[in-house]
Amino acid sequence: MFDVNEIRKDFPILSRKVNGYPLVYLDNAATSQKPQQVIDCIVDYYSNYNANIHRGVHTLSQEATDKYEAARNTIKEHFNASKTSEIIYTSGTTHSINLVASGFTSLLKKGDEIIVSALEHHSNIVPWQMLCERTGAVLKVIPMNQEGVLDMDAYVDLLNDKTQLVFVNHISNALGIINPIKFIIDQAHRVGAVVLIDGAQACSHVKVDFQALDCDFYVTSAHKMCGPTGVGILYGKEAWLEKLPPYQGGGEMIAEVSFEKTTYAGLPHKFEAGTPNICGGIAFGAAIDYLNTIGFSEIAKQEEMLLEYANKKLLEIEGLKIYGTGSEKTSVISFNIEGLHPYDIGTIIDKLGIAVRTGHHCAQPVMDFFNIPGTVRASFAFYNTIEEVDALVSAVKKAKMMLS
Amino acid sequence: MSIESIQQDLVEEFEMFDDWMQRYEYMIDLGKSLPLIDDTQKTDDKIIKGCQSKVWLDASLDGDKVTFTADSDAIITKGIIAILIRVFNNQKPQDILNAEMSFIDDIGLKEHLSPTRANGLVSMIKQLKMYATAYQAKLNS
Repeated sequence: MFDVNEIRKDFPILSRKVNGYPLVYLDNAATSQKPQQVIDCIVDYYSNYNANIHRGVHTLSQEATDKYEAARNTIKEHFNASKTSEIIYTSGTTHSINLVASGFTSLLKKGDEIIVSALEHHSNIVPWQMLCERTGAVLKVIPMNQEGVLDMDAYVDLLNDKTQLVFVNHISNALGIINPIKFIIDQAHRVGAVVLIDGAQACSHVKVDFQALDCDFYVTSAHKMCGPTGVGILYGKEAWLEKLPPYQGGGEMIAEVSFEKTTYAGLPHKFEAGTPNICGGIAFGAAIDYLNTIGFSEIAKQEEMLLEYANKKLLEIEGLKIYGTGSEKTSVISFNIEGLHPYDIGTIIDKLGIAVRTGHHCAQPVMDFFNIPGTVRASFAFYNTIEEVDALVSAVKKAKMMLS
Repeated sequence: MSIESIQQDLVEEFEMFDDWMQRYEYMIDLGKSLPLIDDTQKTDDKIIKGCQSKVWLDASLDGDKVTFTADSDAIITKGIIAILIRVFNNQKPQDILNAEMSFIDDIGLKEHLSPTRANGLVSMIKQLKMYATAYQAKLNS
């Protein structure tokens, strides 16, 4: 039985005060808060079995390796990859994207086409622009409409036999719009293109099934899923991961080294040079276990309820406009108030204990499309409450009064 | 008036307020009272770029003193500029360069010195002092 007040007790940070007010944390799209279960897992690692992995014969090293690999298996099971070796640990989404972009340098030629969407975060634009600069490939953009919904007819028109790669986020970080990725993947495969899905904003809201999606690559970060910062994954179909060259050289990623020739380790270690974020990987597994204990259908129910309520309450404020009004969306509300700057609103409501994000959300092209400097973005998690939405609405009203 | 005595006045003015809300309301009023800059003057060479809000800052040398004009698209930022301009307008470049900035803490605006305010006080002060450096060099030559 889902009881939000019980769940909140798992998150120690939620009981602190900010500027004299109870913290209302509505910046979950930037990073989620961490439950005691994940914090305990981190403390347990450093208190009891911290050791380097994969190389020691001693007991601690064995224990740490077992837990690290068990977490990889938890991740594989959660996302339904076909093999554990298809889960590459990285430092997060941006690292994962750069790994793939770097790998494709030798696989692309001048005139090849790469497709991204108009809704992308900078981390899913810049690495591909850099890849285009290195290879002479051309970047194409799927346009969106005023509701923040990608134009699928235009997308299909962009696809042709020169299309090599398609990169789209699962859910837009700036607007919360859920993109039709299954359709995008299937259409890309029709012309033989490879698809990478950026799931940084999705995995805390929905249970993603890699095999059902049939995506070639999927990337995400632990810290948006109640896990620690500095760890994430690259999922890739085995055939593609075999084809990509290693990204970084070093320890862990080799089979044999001599000065004449080095042979690389097999998957997943080929892409995991150096000592990894061992504790982070293990805690990522604990975070996934935690989310599954609550249940993704319960999470979705709570977040949908908060979204609907917040939408209704915020729209009662005169002059408030919400960006990203497509019907398929997660619990993110990006808004502005006519005549007011998002920075001013964010500054005032912070003084009232409310944490939101203001600015362009690292998605400047999205802001340019709407011709705005940025938005105020409130993003809700399953541990947020109706009372917190009320606190947000009343703080925004107060800010409006002060600023107008 | 010297920079120091203007700063002292500001500290005393802000001391009259009981809470942050009154301080911010006053700052917003100061922002609103700052003369508007014509849009044609808001050119990219005068912009202090950042993540959050835009600031335009321009300066000229009037005799041996510097005059500043500035604007921002965000009103709280504009209030901060209004405070800075009140302190530094019509002052000698060397006095601007020598000025202590601890009054910002004293008037309760310390949070605007945080590095997360990418376009906050720090970059504005830096830009003001850069103008002062340039004009001081001009006066010396």
